[in-house]
Amino acid sequence: MHTNRRNFLKLSATAAVATAFGGLGLGCTASKSQMADRVAAMSPEWSKQTTTICCYCAVGCGLVVNTSLKDMKAVNVEGDPDHPVNEGSLCAKGASIWQLANNDRRPDSVMYRAPYSKKFKKVSMAWALERIAHNVKKTRDETFTRINARGETVNRCDGIASVGSAALDNEECWAYQTMLRSLGLVYIEHQARI
Amino acid sequence: MTNHWIDIKNSDCILIMGSNAAENHPISFKWVTKAQEKGATVIHVDPRFTRTSAKADMYAGIRSGSDIAVLGGMIKYILDNELIFKDYVVDYTNASFIIGDNYKFDDGIFAGYDPETKSYDKSKWAFAMDSKGNPKKDPTLQDPKCVYQMLKKHYERYDLDKVSDISGMSKDEVIGLYEAYCATGKKDKAGTIMYAMGWTQHTVGVQNIRSMAMIQLLLGNIGIAGGGVNALRGESNVQGSTDHCLLFHILPGYLKTPKASQQTLAEYDKAYTPVSNDPKSANWWSNYPKYSASLIKSMWQDDDPKVAYNYLPRLDSGNAADYAWLALFDKMDAGQFKGFFAWGMNPACSGANSNKTRQAMTKLDWMVNVNIFPNETMQFWEGPGMDPEKIKTEVFFLPCAVSIEKEGSVTNSGRWMQWRYKGPDAPHGLKPDGDIMYEMMHEIQKLYKEEGGVYPDPITKLSWDSIATNGVFDAHKTAKLINGQFTRDIEVKGKKFKKGDQVPSFAYLQADGSTTSGNWLYCNSYTAKGNLAARRSLAQTEEQAKIGLFPNFSWCWPVNRRILYNRASVDLQGKPWNPEKAVIEWTGPKTKWVGDVPDGGWAPGSKYAFIMRKHGFGQLFGPGRADGPLPEYYEPLECPVKSHPFSSTLHNPTAISFADEAKAVCDPKFPLVGTTYRVTEHWQTGVMTRNQEWLTEMEPQVFVEMSEELAELRGFKNGEKVIVTSLRGDLWAKAIVTKRLKPFIVQGTTVHLVGLPWHFGWTWPINEKGESTGGDSANILTPSVGDPNTGIPETKAFMVNVRKA
Repeated sequence: MHTNRRNFLKLSATAAVATAFGGLGLGCTASKSQMADRVAAMSPEWSKQTTTICCYCAVGCGLVVNTSLKDMKAVNVEGDPDHPVNEGSLCAKGASIWQLANNDRRPDSVMYRAPYSKKFKKVSMAWALERIAHNVKKTRDETFTRINARGETVNRCDGIASVGSAALDNEECWAYQTMLRSLGLVYIEHQARI
Repeated sequence: MTNHWIDIKNSDCILIMGSNAAENHPISFKWVTKAQEKGATVIHVDPRFTRTSAKADMYAGIRSGSDIAVLGGMIKYILDNELIFKDYVVDYTNASFIIGDNYKFDDGIFAGYDPETKSYDKSKWAFAMDSKGNPKKDPTLQDPKCVYQMLKKHYERYDLDKVSDISGMSKDEVIGLYEAYCATGKKDKAGTIMYAMGWTQHTVGVQNIRSMAMIQLLLGNIGIAGGGVNALRGESNVQGSTDHCLLFHILPGYLKTPKASQQTLAEYDKAYTPVSNDPKSANWWSNYPKYSASLIKSMWQDDDPKVAYNYLPRLDSGNAADYAWLALFDKMDAGQFKGFFAWGMNPACSGANSNKTRQAMTKLDWMVNVNIFPNETMQFWEGPGMDPEKIKTEVFFLPCAVSIEKEGSVTNSGRWMQWRYKGPDAPHGLKPDGDIMYEMMHEIQKLYKEEGGVYPDPITKLSWDSIATNGVFDAHKTAKLINGQFTRDIEVKGKKFKKGDQVPSFAYLQADGSTTSGNWLYCNSYTAKGNLAARRSLAQTEEQAKIGLFPNFSWCWPVNRRILYNRASVDLQGKPWNPEKAVIEWTGPKTKWVGDVPDGGWAPGSKYAFIMRKHGFGQLFGPGRADGPLPEYYEPLECPVKSHPFSSTLHNPTAISFADEAKAVCDPKFPLVGTTYRVTEHWQTGVMTRNQEWLTEMEPQVFVEMSEELAELRGFKNGEKVIVTSLRGDLWAKAIVTKRLKPFIVQGTTVHLVGLPWHFGWTWPINEKGESTGGDSANILTPSVGDPNTGIPETKAFMVNVRKA
């Protein structure tokens, strides 16, 4: 990426102050030292800048993300002043993306609910993927239709359905449709349908 | 969008109908405002006065679901007052085509209707053909059977009295709208439409949009700067996910999902490759076999596409009623599916009739849910009214990385494919969706290779490693494959290519397996010149800068064409209708076209303008839709009236619905029109936004907005907790009593409308006692009925009641 650096730094310094206040929620005031830390952390010496596109509506606003080189966490996310569509501005959702990433509500592991169980338990990704693969194979093998009622070859799996997702990147969407269709799924739907 | 966000600034009249752009696409308003500052008129037609209305020059309230009355009336107004852009209509639309003798329209029903199947025999709507097999035409537009005259006849019923009577708009408002918008039917004027789910989520959703597309054709507004038909899409990559066709009926690049009757690739290609006998019709879809073979070759690279065609599953029909969203959950409820993926989606809240959807999930053996946060889908088994001890469903919840933590591209509403870079690391070692699906399929592939299974070839032979590097999902490698590569050394169009070279554009794709292309529409995005989606240059020529084209920033499908159908922006000599805002211009046989990438490089006048249509013309008369070749007025399947003034056919006779689910039509138990919408601070079912304190501080819970008149009538107070009910279920909401909603006078009777945002769900936010403080999804109220073409549920107009909590 090549952002216009002078404009970018000028803008990001202002935005950092706003973000510092915003992040504290109601009833809190920012101490001067906290603000100073936040601004300092955005210095190119301590952070990297990357561009991205907002994950909400399809206006496709540009964002600049500052990531701390120390812990690889986002320090700040703000509108990209060099993006011709949004020219640096963002709506309330786009301006909150920092909190989408830095969020205590994000689960720290895969969760599994056994049949008839009243709770989730934490499991490893490897365990889950292996079990999902077994489930997919079992269901596919049991419900696969080679020939339909009219005697035509159809080669499809009528026992598994999928929904999602417009929240995936293009490359993921393509990979996902490839995966589903190679399994023989035809019940494939997503947000565009609703 | 046929056009793009910045292009809105070029408009002289912006109609916002079926959308609340200022609140739901806030940054779009930067460009609406720029147009307005230069003198453009902004009109908002909506059931509710919103921040879009507040910025508009003109606002008119409309009863939700009555749009075709207003738009049909506008077509009549254009024709009666001869406001069409005559040269454009004659040269570029099918106004001159002669309709065949089998076509009829009688009392709301078109020729060919079968009440048993609730469907039409569309062959009855065919054009009359000449001896060469091309449509007969009358360029004078005088033949009583030509499309232009048939339009006049069809819409003569749509007079001002009827339009006003059924829509609740006053006659003055209707006339004001028509006068302002139809003034754009001139060479140097552009009108545009910004619509969203307010138009699609109806049982006449497709015909809502077709009505407007017809208006745009009549006024010469398609293909020009500041014009077009512009869907404001609501997810960062819903354009891309549609292009890559995560939908039952289409494969990447809008190719068709094979049907059971198409047993070979040749039969399949033949069915979808249109033939035109007119040398002036570019008939672009005649290239279909190149795109289908290249797609199949990208998925199964070691097989001949003719063989690998058998690996693609085939449908029994192409009907939305059999496979689309509503059918999927109906069949799930009937126990058809054992397994279910909800990947990056929260269907427990997002589709119509949430209670039915949630109940359907109890019938599954297993479910995989991938999402950023816990949500109502993965927790459905412990939701309201559920008994976990009776629910067998095994649930896997796989948390994933967020957008700023991964690399890849998304395509915005203006078709710009934009590259995103990875910023921070995801916490707890969470992975991007791409990594998860790569590993999952790798695991499945391994099982089939080791153990065999039913028809294992599509899985074992899948070229799955072509999207990964050293066992890790690789977005660049995938993007290159989506663009396409040559599979052997070959010469095409006088250019030599080596095996493995990137295909420069879809004009070079082949039908014999010598090229891969995961999606022909994206061929040209990642070429020998590199990853064009990542471009950030603001450079443009003087002509391009006049309309803000920015051709060197990101990349746009197809072949970086920023305004679709742009051959219609010039006359038959290639001169722009409006030289001040030229999109393209023919500068002579040597220098050819300047400006945007033209819709085909042929000399002006040598090919018809609408190259994706078989006959090359914009379709005023559209004989391909499930519910008729011309938009016709019908009431929503739940409505407050027993009749409407246009025919005695109350509802769309082809709409999708389930016979065993009752509908409220003039039902005194549900006297209020209900509708759903969004707020700026939340998004979709709220999974991503409800978990952010900054946003829930601003919009903490579900509300029901109502007029002061209704509140007075029923004794509701602002801020009071009330219960909203429909035939499907009920939920609590905070009453917001407001001037933003007004009662409508419909057929002489007062009709009240209430509206709710659908961003909430019972799992979060909660209080210290673990009780939901946000409320539940408004989709608990919405019916399982949908558009016959798309299957999109009618979640914008349904009947409810409101009572005290």
